[in-house]
Parts: sequence; C-alpha cells; structure tokens
Amino acid sequence: MSRPTHNLIPGLGLGVIGLYFVIPLVATGAFSLWEGGDKYGLAAYAALIHQPKLWQSLGLSVRLAIQTILVGLVVLVPAVFWLNLRVQRLRPLFDFLSVLPFVVPPIALVAGMTTLYTGPDWFVGTANYLVVPYVILALPYTYRALDVGMRALDLKTLTEASQSLGAGWMTLILRVVVPNLTTALIGAALLTIAIVMGEFTFANILLFNTFAVYIDYVGQTSATQAAALTLLSFLITWLAMLGVLFTGRGGRGQVQIGGAR
Amino acid sequence: MSLRPVKSAGPLARSGGLFTLVFMAPFLLYVTAFLILPTLMLLATAFLGKHGPTLHYVASLGQGQTVVAFRNSIELSALAALVGLVVGGLAAYFVLRPGMPRGLRSLVTTFGAVAANFAGVPLAFAFIATLGSLGMITVWFKDIGVNLYGMGFTLYSMPGLVLVYAYFQVPLMIIVITPALEALRREWREAAENLGASTWDYWRHVGLPILLPSLLSAYILLFGNAFSAYATPYALTSGIVALVPVEISNVLSGNVMVSQQTGAALALGMIVVMVVVMGIYALIARRVGRWVKR
Repeated sequence: MSRPTHNLIPGLGLGVIGLYFVIPLVATGAFSLWEGGDKYGLAAYAALIHQPKLWQSLGLSVRLAIQTILVGLVVLVPAVFWLNLRVQRLRPLFDFLSVLPFVVPPIALVAGMTTLYTGPDWFVGTANYLVVPYVILALPYTYRALDVGMRALDLKTLTEASQSLGAGWMTLILRVVVPNLTTALIGAALLTIAIVMGEFTFANILLFNTFAVYIDYVGQTSATQAAALTLLSFLITWLAMLGVLFTGRGGRGQVQIGGAR
Repeated sequence: MSLRPVKSAGPLARSGGLFTLVFMAPFLLYVTAFLILPTLMLLATAFLGKHGPTLHYVASLGQGQTVVAFRNSIELSALAALVGLVVGGLAAYFVLRPGMPRGLRSLVTTFGAVAANFAGVPLAFAFIATLGSLGMITVWFKDIGVNLYGMGFTLYSMPGLVLVYAYFQVPLMIIVITPALEALRREWREAAENLGASTWDYWRHVGLPILLPSLLSAYILLFGNAFSAYATPYALTSGIVALVPVEISNVLSGNVMVSQQTGAALALGMIVVMVVVMGIYALIARRVGRWVKR
C-alpha cells in the first residue's frame, strides 16, 4: 500500500521475534557438535547411531503413530459420516466431546486411566496401550479435519448414487467417501504423527520407552547427545508440518497445536 | 434436517435408529470408556475413602505445598498466555501489514506450525543448550563479560519457564489470530481515518472491540495450553518450581509418599480450573456477543 516507510518498526519487531525463535535452534545445533573444550565434531551423532535403544524407541513411536491414525479413523470416519449425512442434531454433542480433551489435561487423564484400568495385562501391560489415550489426544484435530472435509462433500448425492448402483455401506465409506477425503485425512494423519512422536506425558507415567522418553533419558547422561536428538525431533515436526501445509493448500486453518507440551 | 426427504429414496429408507447406533456406537463408546469414565473415576477416587465418602483428600488441596503448586501453575499460565497474546498478536499484525515481503507470510505460517508443535522434552533441552548454566548464549555472554546467572537470571525459574513457554505460545497465537486480523476490513480503517480518527482512536474504538471475542478465546486457548503443559516443565525444572502437573506425576510415579486419592484430587483440581476458565470465557463471550453481531 502507500506507507511502506512505516514498516521499519514492524520489521524490527519481527526481526527480534525471529531471533528468539532461531537462536535456540542454532545454539542446540552448535551444542550437539561440541566435543568438550574447543573441539567440535560429530561425536554425539556417531555415538547415537550405534544406540539400539534409539532405533527401538523411534520405531516404537512411529508404530504407535500409525496405529493411532488407524484406530482414530476407524472410530471417527463412520461417526462423522453419519453425523453429516443423517444426524446433524448431534453436532453439539460432537463439538462438546471434541473440546473435552482440552478441558481434561493429559496428566489428569492419565491419572484417571491408571486408577480405572489396572488390567488385564495384555491390555495395559504393552506399549500398544498408549494408542488408547493417543487417539483421545488426536481426537480434536482428527474430528475437525474430517468434519471440514465431509461438509465440503455432497454426501447425500454420493450416498444415493453409490447405493443405487448397488454399493453397501462399507463400499460407500471405503470406496466413495474416504477417497474424496484424501486431503483431510492426510492432514489429520500428519498432525497425529507430530503429536505422537513428541508425546511424553502418557509414555513417561506409564513407563514405556517412546522417542520422547528416550530423549529425556539421554538428557540425563549426555547433554550433547540430547541436543542432537532435539534437532532430530525438530526435523520430524518440521517434516510433518510441511506435509500438512502442502496437502492442506486451499483448506485454511488446518494447522493447529499438537499435544506434546 | 433438510436430509429427511431422503427416506423415500430406495436403500436409504432402511437407515433408521439401528444405523445411527452402528455408525455412532464405536466412537461414543470409545470416548465414554477412555475419556469420560476416567474423568468420572477421578471424581469418585477423590471423594471416596476406605470408609465411604470423604472430603479429606479434596480438603488436602488446601495444604501449603499444593496451594503453592496451584498458584504457580495459574500464575505461570496466565503470564505465558499474556506474553503469547501480546507478542503473537503483534507478530501476526506485523506480518499482515501491507508492504511486507511476499514470502514472509508463508514462512511465518510454516515456521509457526512447526514451533507450535515443537514442545515438551526437546524444547526444554533446546533452551538448556541455549540459556542453561552451560548454554551457548550463557557462555557467550560470559566471554564478553556478562554473567547472566550472576545477575540473578536462571532458566529454572518462573521467568525462565515463561521464556520457554513463549516458544509454543507465540506461534499458536499467530495461527489462531491471523484469520481474525484478516477479517478486519481496510474500509473500516479508511472510514475511521476519513472521520479524523488517529491510529489509536481506530484501535480503541473499532479494531480492538471487533477483535475482542477472538482475543478472548485465544487467551483461553493459550492459558489452557500452558496450564496442561507437563513435559516442558518436567524436563526443565524437575521440581524446582512446584507445578500441578509435575506434582501429579510425582504422585503417580510413587516419588512422593502420598495416596493415589490425593493425586486424583490434584487432577480434579486441574479440571476444575479449566472448567472455571472456560466458564468465565463463555460468560464474557456472551456479553461481547450482544453488541458484536457477526
């Protein structure tokens, strides 16, 4: 517009804010290369690569992320589909339920879950148990992404068309609705990955060695290795978010907060 | 219910209450079993002793250490939310100013999305590597003769926590407030200026009142975001600053000799704070909604 000269203060302000965000990353990077004294090198990274525990924890977190995405979709897709097709009057209930995970902090939820579910061992005793609360953590984002995606579809016509061609409900959902929701689904999935890869509260309390728990564990023995892992974690978040932004082009406002605080 | 007439259309006619049950049941059961029941369980545990109902555990929230933890948590969240609101709001406003470089907007959006999700243990370590007692910036300052820790600064304190929380609060604020800022029409500003309003007048009487509901809901979101943060303070301070989430985790991990019921009471206390905050928000939002019709 007409007043570009007035952008000095905004420019400076953004510069200072930018520095605040960049400096910790640069410092972490430099710290991860520190080998004591004046020596810098890749020793921390080299040591980490040979840690089987790193790969185990990373593998566990990736597996949990995939399972969380699948369970979340299996539970939510039919419900949100039906909500949009036939029972719009239940929308206030869904909106309420999708806000609940904000009202009940993760640490409070884990307290409730540990008192409520003490067995059986095949359920609470393996790391797979973490998928249960992770689906709840991802619920607000998955619900919103699916709801926005389905609202944009003409579900009624799609349903009538596919059913008059002889499709059953499963075919309708799996082969008509889901393919039409690719963007929404990928967005929800990537956000879930970002949440699960960084999730610490449940894993730490329930004593499972996920990636975030491993970072914390390393941090107690080697600060430089912890810095290296911090960068890796940042990279994973960055990749997931870039994915969300690229697939979500056009669909605004899909990027939201995660749950790893 | 514009979809009702569909009932006459062949196969859909069969879709009555049974179908609603089949489609909805998995989700509703899941949320009931793993969100609602655990929350109710907290309620029951906190109010039930060995010998029937008791107020003992809830009353124990009034003890010194617990009161301090709640006060710390609430103060920290209120402050971290305020910092996020102001800094993030200004940043979003600056980015949207006409004449800013083209790529800036998408750069800030992308980085904001990453930073808002970059929290917990890695964030704590990033700041320890930066401003911890051996952090890069701390050491660097020391080299040029400024001893930050000698001057009373420490990362492992309330101000330190606010500084760290800002890393996820500010970008979250940018993400949630940008749409509201974009909705401020340039014509309103021009109209105000044509009527002789200064920049201050415009914001005081036009801009901020329109933004108020959005700012309020953003503040509540930021408050809740900071209030439920556990991994960041756990990895950063491990108990130096008493905060409710860390206290709960100490109870759950058996690090302190108190009963599970006290842990449940603490968790319940957190939920009550969140409900009260949301309630205040709903009240104010209704007030504001009366005169800001969208």
